[in-house]
Amino acid sequence: MSEIITTEKKTKSVVGRLPREFMSRFGALIGLLLLCAVLSVLSDNFLTVDNLMNVARQSTVNALLAIGMLLPILTAGIDLSVGSVLAISVMTMGIVTVNHGMHPLLGLATCLAVGALCGWINGILLTKLRLPHPFISTLGMMNVARGIALIVTGAAPIFGFPKMIQFLGTENIGPVPVSFVLVIVVYILFHLFLTRTATGRYIYAIGGNKEAARLSGINVDRVLIIVYTLSGLMAGLAGIVMVGRVNSAFPLAGQGYELDAIAAVIIGGASFFGGVGTVWGTLIGALIIAVLRNGLNLLNVTADLQMAFIGLVIIAAVFVDVLRQRSIQK
Amino acid sequence: MDESNGVLLKLTNISKSFSGVPVLKNVDLDIRPGEVHVLLGENGAGKSTLIKIITGAYTKDKGEMYWEGKPVEIAGPSDAMRLGIATIYQELNLVQEMTVYENMFLGREIKRSKYSFLDRKEMKRRSAELLKTLGQDISPEAKISSLGIGKQQLVEIAKALTLDTRLIIMDEPTSSLSASETEQLLSTVLELKKRGIAIIYISHRLEELLRIGDRITILRDGAKIATLNARETNTDEMVRLMVGRTLEDKYPKEQFTRGAEGLRVEKLRLKGSSKEISFTAYQGEILGISGLVGAGRTELARAIFGVDPIDSGKIYVFGRETTIRSPQDAIRAGLAFITEDRKGEGLILDQTLDFNMTIANLKNFRKGPFLMLSRLKDVSVDFISKLQVRPNDVKKHARKLSGGNQQKVVIAKWLCTQAKVFIFDEPTRGIDVGAKVEVYRLINSLVAEGAVVIIISSELPEILGICDRILVMHEGEITADLPRSEANQEVIMKAATGGV
Repeated sequence: MSEIITTEKKTKSVVGRLPREFMSRFGALIGLLLLCAVLSVLSDNFLTVDNLMNVARQSTVNALLAIGMLLPILTAGIDLSVGSVLAISVMTMGIVTVNHGMHPLLGLATCLAVGALCGWINGILLTKLRLPHPFISTLGMMNVARGIALIVTGAAPIFGFPKMIQFLGTENIGPVPVSFVLVIVVYILFHLFLTRTATGRYIYAIGGNKEAARLSGINVDRVLIIVYTLSGLMAGLAGIVMVGRVNSAFPLAGQGYELDAIAAVIIGGASFFGGVGTVWGTLIGALIIAVLRNGLNLLNVTADLQMAFIGLVIIAAVFVDVLRQRSIQK
Repeated sequence: MDESNGVLLKLTNISKSFSGVPVLKNVDLDIRPGEVHVLLGENGAGKSTLIKIITGAYTKDKGEMYWEGKPVEIAGPSDAMRLGIATIYQELNLVQEMTVYENMFLGREIKRSKYSFLDRKEMKRRSAELLKTLGQDISPEAKISSLGIGKQQLVEIAKALTLDTRLIIMDEPTSSLSASETEQLLSTVLELKKRGIAIIYISHRLEELLRIGDRITILRDGAKIATLNARETNTDEMVRLMVGRTLEDKYPKEQFTRGAEGLRVEKLRLKGSSKEISFTAYQGEILGISGLVGAGRTELARAIFGVDPIDSGKIYVFGRETTIRSPQDAIRAGLAFITEDRKGEGLILDQTLDFNMTIANLKNFRKGPFLMLSRLKDVSVDFISKLQVRPNDVKKHARKLSGGNQQKVVIAKWLCTQAKVFIFDEPTRGIDVGAKVEVYRLINSLVAEGAVVIIISSELPEILGICDRILVMHEGEITADLPRSEANQEVIMKAATGGV
């Protein structure tokens, strides 16, 4: 008798839980699909291979910055410096390969290394200097890196990068941009990192409860330094893709990009309070922003209005998340 | 005096359930002006739920409430405030960076007219006056953060009096106060009583309740058991009614024989302290550390576990000198620290049970760069069945579990690290009676398997009920080391308050 009752209860609760779990897992994806459906109706040009590949290409820089940004946000932190770090990385790459004519591979390595170094410094500032919040350390880095990028180049752009460097940003495999393939590979690696390695779990643990993580023997400082270093590294990688697309590096590159990256992460369902968020959510967040920009362009919506629109989407996405959290807590 | 004048607040047949589980069953309660009405019951008996219904934080499922004889609905905190109900919680609601008078008039500042600036002079004058009538010499201009916890509480009471408050609810007000602060609070309570203010008083300190209480209502498992006249009862009766069973059932003590030395602490000085602490814990015994809140027990545990730095001293684990500078070092040496704040320091609430159980020992689940997720899950499933965690679902989030089950998850985390020395800080705080017994049995089985167990507890019956030897701390020092046979409440309290 009692067995029957428990099974009954179970089925009931599973059914009740399904839509909620489904929404939390696939809410952003449903949003993306709805958006695509609406745009295909509104514009004949949206649902074409050319245009979709265009969207994919346009999403790549932000997608790479966003996956880097996901890590600090998972630890309840933030990295405001990624746009500037992108700039300082590509300017250094320009100086190495264009101004000094060194091997392109060395240039690529330098770009990634400078990005990672800036991120590492962010981590050191946060953990060893004990600055109170990464908002502050990375705000500082944002200004310092931008300043240096302007100084070392005399505020002038650098043109004429070698083919090898442009490869990531320009080439296609069939119709698919190489840069988008790169994004998918990077996202798979981050997914494995976050879900299948100890350090990945530590990142969630620190974001979920820093004190509990520390008392469980997690070296919190070490993990945070890794987090910010990877965020910087991704800024460097995004810079390489960007240089390929526009065939130049300029010191004001990436200005304001940190905000799009944060938006992608948040639209993708990550919590600003840390501990919650996924790689695939972030990808969908980045795609939603790209689709929205593309669609609004196709519909001849001006850039100013686009900005306002994306702002509304961010607010709506987070509001839906707040509602969801509230229903869980009940 | 007719019936409606004699009773300030009357509750009849109050019931409340959470997701089908009844937590209050047809509870009646009446509160008279000028009386100290004590609510007594074990954790989980329904006291806080009842309080929250009175203050409007929860809504009742069933039952009626009457205020001065008239039916009322208290749908939210603002309703309670309008009636004149104030609550002093364990966690105080004061803005630390503001002054006493600013806090007392927070949200209803005095102005000369609607659009003028604040009338600071008047607010200071009225604050000073109020504090004086409570017999307090607290300056209205003192910053809250500069006051001790006892004084802050008195400010909170004075704040309640700036309104036309008729009923003050105090939820364990003395639990973190020193002896002299407690005296001060109790005399303030008597002063409030003289003014005709009714007080609902929740505390576990039975002697204190008998001193200041007029009537005592005892709750058990959500039902009202009895309302006693404080002058006609005694602690034995209260405990019997509260627990509904004898003490032997509550503390399943097993007999062990003391084994080898497990943890030896020698001349340990915490950072910035001048006091040296030395003690030894053995296999085959449960070592209790008793003392008042603030005696330095948690600080000692944190220092041993490498959370807080030390100035000097040595730690030996199973006879081997061990340097512990961080929790990592401590875990490597085989130590486990089950903190008093499960949610704040023990668990990652929005992660699954297997995540929480294995987080302190992920290196054991590594194969190449990756974790073996299925093994990790299997190990957790084992712990869940061994410790009888409910619900038995590894993918449940820790947040969803009851206090007792959360505690089991924390214990599982340390079993997973194969710890040999367990330091429990208030292991049964906020856990209901049944789960407490389970935790004690778990602790017994740890000892039986050769672990060294140290228990820090503020609850004397717990210390006396399950420990074999008891250390007492007072102001950062160990003031007594008593075998169970020589320990009793008086001896421990004497050592805990510094009297020899």
